[in-house]
Amino acid sequence: MRECDLVIIGGGPAGLAAAISAFDSGIKDILILERDKELGGILNQCIHNGFGLHTFKEELTGPEYASRFIDKVLERKIEYKLGTMVIDISKDKEVVAINPEEGLFHIKAKAVILAMGCRERSRGALNIPGYRPAGIFSAGTAQRLVNMEGYLPGREVVILGSGDIGLIMARRMTYEGAKVKVVAELMPYSGGLKRNIVQCLDDYDIPLKLSHTVIDIQGKERVTGVTIAEVDNTGKPIKGTEETYSCDTLLLSVGLIPENELSEMAGVELGITSGPIVNESLETNVPGIFACGNVLHVHDLVDYVSEEAGFAGKSAAHFIEDQKKFEDKGIEIQINTGDKVRYTVPKTVHPDIMEDEITVRLRTTNVFKNVYLNCYAGDKRIVHRKRPVIAPGEMENFQLKKEDIKDLKAEEIITVAFEEE
Amino acid sequence: MYDVVIIGAGVSGSAIARELSRYKVNVLVLEKNEDVCSGTSKANSGIVHAGHDATPGSLMAKLNVEGSQMMEELSKELDFAYERNGSMILCFDKKDFNKLQDLYDNGIKNGVKNMEIIYKDEIKKLEPNLTDNVYAALYSKDGGIVDPFGLNIAMAENAATNGVKFEFNAPVVKIEKGNGYWAIDTDKEIIKTKCIVNAAGVFADTIHNMVSKDKMEIIPRKGEYYLLDKSIGKFTNATIFQLPTAYGKGILITPTAHGNMLIGPTANDIPDKEGTNTTREGLDEVALKSMVSSEIVPLRKVITSFAGLRAHLKSHDFVIEEVEGCDGFFDAAGIESPGLTSSPAIGKMVGEMIQKKLHLEENPEFDGKRKDILNPKNLTEEEYEELIKEKPAYGHVICRCERVTEGEILDAIHRPLGAKSLDGIKRRTRAGSGRCQAGFCSPRVMEILSRELNIDQSEITKSGGDSKIIFGTDKDAYRRAN
Repeated sequence: MRECDLVIIGGGPAGLAAAISAFDSGIKDILILERDKELGGILNQCIHNGFGLHTFKEELTGPEYASRFIDKVLERKIEYKLGTMVIDISKDKEVVAINPEEGLFHIKAKAVILAMGCRERSRGALNIPGYRPAGIFSAGTAQRLVNMEGYLPGREVVILGSGDIGLIMARRMTYEGAKVKVVAELMPYSGGLKRNIVQCLDDYDIPLKLSHTVIDIQGKERVTGVTIAEVDNTGKPIKGTEETYSCDTLLLSVGLIPENELSEMAGVELGITSGPIVNESLETNVPGIFACGNVLHVHDLVDYVSEEAGFAGKSAAHFIEDQKKFEDKGIEIQINTGDKVRYTVPKTVHPDIMEDEITVRLRTTNVFKNVYLNCYAGDKRIVHRKRPVIAPGEMENFQLKKEDIKDLKAEEIITVAFEEE
Repeated sequence: MYDVVIIGAGVSGSAIARELSRYKVNVLVLEKNEDVCSGTSKANSGIVHAGHDATPGSLMAKLNVEGSQMMEELSKELDFAYERNGSMILCFDKKDFNKLQDLYDNGIKNGVKNMEIIYKDEIKKLEPNLTDNVYAALYSKDGGIVDPFGLNIAMAENAATNGVKFEFNAPVVKIEKGNGYWAIDTDKEIIKTKCIVNAAGVFADTIHNMVSKDKMEIIPRKGEYYLLDKSIGKFTNATIFQLPTAYGKGILITPTAHGNMLIGPTANDIPDKEGTNTTREGLDEVALKSMVSSEIVPLRKVITSFAGLRAHLKSHDFVIEEVEGCDGFFDAAGIESPGLTSSPAIGKMVGEMIQKKLHLEENPEFDGKRKDILNPKNLTEEEYEELIKEKPAYGHVICRCERVTEGEILDAIHRPLGAKSLDGIKRRTRAGSGRCQAGFCSPRVMEILSRELNIDQSEITKSGGDSKIIFGTDKDAYRRAN
């Protein structure tokens, strides 16, 4: 059986950044396994601009952003396999994969980085009644058809969900000559970035109906119409508010779910993000298996994916070089989600072995104005930052310093909350 | 001129076609849709009923028990998924116990074997996820589950291999009696035949009424379902029914032959014979009533919902006969639940009727064996490696949720009566039937279909007809406007 220091599952933005960083941290024996026919992951179909503002201080398209990382992987001659599907990972980091050229093969890794990304929630999971005709697409599938295959999935479109892909696709379909009639959003706020609402909907006079959902799909062969209705504050449709739009296409942008079937096979524990529960090194409960990017939690900007994955690559390199240090991590401190915080990544820290400073990423539960991001180590407030507006669609982060938490005792906890003061 | 034309390539029509292919006979199956298994046969519970429900003495009772007893053997011959997982009819109230006993007695009269009445402790031991409110159950060890697509497709394929012709997208619009033959008008051509078998499902009345003065009415009775994610595993081992009470017929919970959990169906009579839409009320009813059997049904794990139509006759029995005054015209009508279970017996019965009618001789070349699409997940690692070496397409995973490879999809397209649409591929290989519901694999499957069938992607459909997936290429709208 082939042995390898580090196997990275997924050659998208997370996998690429993790590979580069692990390499630069001294690990040369790396293998990236990618199921698609090229590296770059979902970025290859994101041909709009706006990527890389944080990382490169310029606006790149998705493929351009990916190519900067792909170039670095090629420069370093990091090995990768395309068209290769991982079908199993065991607790002791044996990876099983298949591809047409090599068949089925096993690789024993010292460390594994999970970078499989996420998938889109489907119509079925949303429980929308109606017919099941052609013309119902997840926004990402439509994006692939339009941007990579050059096919137009529809001419008259209703979009459910105002997540970023839905917003981007509203503009994209408009560019390609389709008429986007409405974007309906179940929540009273958009799940996407403010800039996308302005640039993708407002600029093209596409109405956004908040607190609305699809309650029926018509059409026996191809979609012929979609009925939407306003919902009350429990999410139930309000009688009398139904409006039917004649259309041939329904695009769904109703949430992304970290893709963790493989993680679960390896015995990785998942948390509230549907991604693995990780510690300060982005290591899962299975020693030597790390996670980063959208498989860990769904990000708003790819820049943060790259940053996080870079850190995971570095952590994996440290693990490979000094497993002893990872075996005895010292005391473990929980990071608790306080008021208005849905989750944090990481979920635990080991002050003894952590870097001097780590990034904690989090999302809020709702839209709030004029709040403070507060972090407490035990009773002591160690972070206090004003946030004029926070929303579930935008990730928040802060730096957690080792010196602020090094004296915590095992029974003490760190709490993160958004508060009035 | 054909000897026999069968109208409908659902599970009944396909079973009859296969039975007829045992004889030296010239058979054509006409199907109005683009594929076999496109109506009632594709949207049902996938249950092999033991046979205690049907009224003793009815044709339904006879064919149910016969079909159930034939299923295992047939599944080996034709290589489709079947499992004898057992079934339970739950009784929640001591006051209703006599009804449970009645069902047991019915079962005995119908010839059902391996039944017993069990009580709460035993039930909970076999099915720990069921409610504590259960009092007793009629447990039938012979109850089973079957892949309804697999059964239908296997019988049709085997019929085709043995010489039966199939014509798709061929709706019957008119039937006229000629001198010693029938003339069937499909709008495209007139087809002459000595015998007709009407196996048209919810449309069997339309076909019947084209020839008979004695009018038939089939009422589409809609059943809505939820399908749950495989990650749940076997929430129940057996198929769990509820004893019908004054409040209605109840909702079943069952594992499917594919390893999902299925809950449903509702039962509502509707006017539209193509009204396979789900409704809020129907789905809510499924959810609510399923919780009578178990309070912890994992409804958050729904991956899709669907509705099917039962071909219900008021008399609530199968009508399988040569229609009076219509020499050579046979009905196989009113085939509602337990129609799937009964289908092998329906095939046999109609086959024998026509054999007698036309004095058919046996076909010495008949081969009743058929192999299903090779599923690499059933191979050992060594066998799988060998397979990929020989056929690299089996190393190319197309559907990630159900792990379906290009090799399987190619097989589905190129075998007899091969798949032509996304749904055709899905029903044969399961590509697109997993938790992402084809979001990932559909562009990839479209590409393969386009390449293999040598048609443009804009011609590819979800399920034939006007169910096209894409509308030409990008910026098409501008080109059309100019």
